[in-house]
Amino acid sequence: MEDIKDLVLNYVINEYQEDEDDEITYDTPLISSGFVDSFSMVSLKVFLEKKFNISIPDEEATPEAFDSVNKIVDLVNGYLEKK
Amino acid sequence: MSNIGSYEERVKNFDWSISEKELGYKKGAVINIGWYCSDRICEQGKSDKVALYHEGFTGEVRKYTFNDIRLASNTIGNFLKKLGVRDQDRVCLFMDKIPELYLSFLGVLKIGAIVQPLFSAFGDESLYVRLENAGTKAIITQRKHVGKVRKIIDKLPGLRHIIIVDHNEAKPLQEREVAFNLTKEEPVEKLEIFPTRAESPSVLHYTSGTTGQPKGVRHVHYSLISQYLTTKWVLDLKDDDIYWCTADPGWVTGTSYGIIGPWSMGVTQCVLDKGFSAESWYKFIEKYRVTMWYSAPTAIRSLMKAGDELVKKFDLSSLRHLASVGEPLNAEAVIWSEKVFGLPFLDTYWQTETGCMMISNYPGMKVKPGSMGKPFPGISGVVLDPNTCQPIEEPGRVGLIAFKPGWPSMMTTYWNNEEKYREKFSNGWYLAGDRASIDSDGYFWFIGRDDDVINTGGHLVSPFEVESALIEHEAVAESAVVSKPDQVNMEVVKAFITLKPGYEVNDDLELSIMNFIRKKLSPLAMPQDIEYVDSLPKTRSGKIMRRILHAKEWGEDIGDTSTLEDE
Repeated sequence: MEDIKDLVLNYVINEYQEDEDDEITYDTPLISSGFVDSFSMVSLKVFLEKKFNISIPDEEATPEAFDSVNKIVDLVNGYLEKK
Repeated sequence: MSNIGSYEERVKNFDWSISEKELGYKKGAVINIGWYCSDRICEQGKSDKVALYHEGFTGEVRKYTFNDIRLASNTIGNFLKKLGVRDQDRVCLFMDKIPELYLSFLGVLKIGAIVQPLFSAFGDESLYVRLENAGTKAIITQRKHVGKVRKIIDKLPGLRHIIIVDHNEAKPLQEREVAFNLTKEEPVEKLEIFPTRAESPSVLHYTSGTTGQPKGVRHVHYSLISQYLTTKWVLDLKDDDIYWCTADPGWVTGTSYGIIGPWSMGVTQCVLDKGFSAESWYKFIEKYRVTMWYSAPTAIRSLMKAGDELVKKFDLSSLRHLASVGEPLNAEAVIWSEKVFGLPFLDTYWQTETGCMMISNYPGMKVKPGSMGKPFPGISGVVLDPNTCQPIEEPGRVGLIAFKPGWPSMMTTYWNNEEKYREKFSNGWYLAGDRASIDSDGYFWFIGRDDDVINTGGHLVSPFEVESALIEHEAVAESAVVSKPDQVNMEVVKAFITLKPGYEVNDDLELSIMNFIRKKLSPLAMPQDIEYVDSLPKTRSGKIMRRILHAKEWGEDIGDTSTLEDE
């Protein structure tokens, strides 16, 4: 569980953090705070799908579901459990 | 009663002097947009009226009266002057939708300099080509974006000042950087407004074309005349309205109708600087009692996706008028908005180059869902036969959308590219680059673009720019970029790629290419779909035939392939 969380968090920090003074944690709002916009969500979704070998339908990839690392991990875990 | 009243009567009796009179402008006199949007409103006795409610993503609210924006823009203008910024110097605004963006816009104009707003999600390459082309002297930005400026500063000797509005004092400033914190500056009560005239340059917006680098669309202060009147008649703004324009001022809608239109009328507007979610948007409307809402089809379709039930959870009864811009508004969205809000979104059509709305649906005029509406009074709009460049009289026949030049906010040139500017005209008409038909009632119906430019979520992306950036990726040998249909964004970017020898398709590669473009150009330009191919369709002379790939994506006939290399 922690591994997934850290994997996602590190990816988000490496790819989307522009200001090093900003702190991104597991609960930091990603979409609503503007770290990740709706277009960039597509590459985040691709990352999750490839990394965890899952398929997230577009209707599940909502701004709300992607709004923090914790929420993303919940979403990913849901698909991993179904496998 | 709407501001426009009868559309037909307005068309019959129209003259731009209607707007000039209301604004108290006389031919040949000084006209400065910065002054009109702040000082003039205060002189009308509205100093204490709220000009801006700004809500950030944390929920923090900042409120500015018209006197506040007058003082703040004076202070910014004064600061720029002290740095040595002079009239007609280009000052780039590279910020998120924070209050400083709106206030700087007016401050730059007040000293006669030219505002160059750029979308803050642009990557360093997109930023560089636009700053280099404009010969920008100063850039006002936030610390979160300054890293992109630092990456390119060595290639921009003419960029003298990097002004950071939220500098972290614990960290040292670097070369050419200067901190400017509006809240810590002494407000400047009096600033000498530069005496700009009708033809003085005001705003430089960059837009993408099919070929070549982005073009700097130069507007002048006289554009206020049509931006004011279209705001009044199409958006129907009235003194007691609370207006919300969801556009980012990095693009033309965000300046023409997110700053100039409402503030030149002295109307209160609110801004939400937060990523999109249907719930937060509805909450925002409810909280500020928004009455007029100007948004975009992509957002409207995203709201539709979120469902009807969500709408019912909020009190949106304050809304009285809705309009849309950026890409054609589909009939389903118009019908849906009428069902859930009790009001149709009225589509408006215009471009960076036109500076103001050209074809619109008007309050009180019958709406034909899916139609663009009719030309604004005083605008001569037609569709032209592509072969003869003569207006098509026959209803329903598709042609090129064109306008007779002469409206106040028409661009005056493409910066440093007079040749491209001249190419926009034919037979005395300005060619918009879109295709449409006109029905027997005079309503325009959008068909599509007349070139390869991709309209994604209302933003134009140049396939050429994306292709040029793609071949800088270590694995890419060749690429062709086209649009692909998308339910929400209308179109998204799709790339066809051939790989260099030694590279193989794998999961990491796709992500690497996507992120490479996202960071270099912008999230909008990032291919949302990548297809690897062995070769690209080319003419015998070696030119990539994008139209064949485009036709396949859209399920259209691929047309004449006689020039295809392998035929």
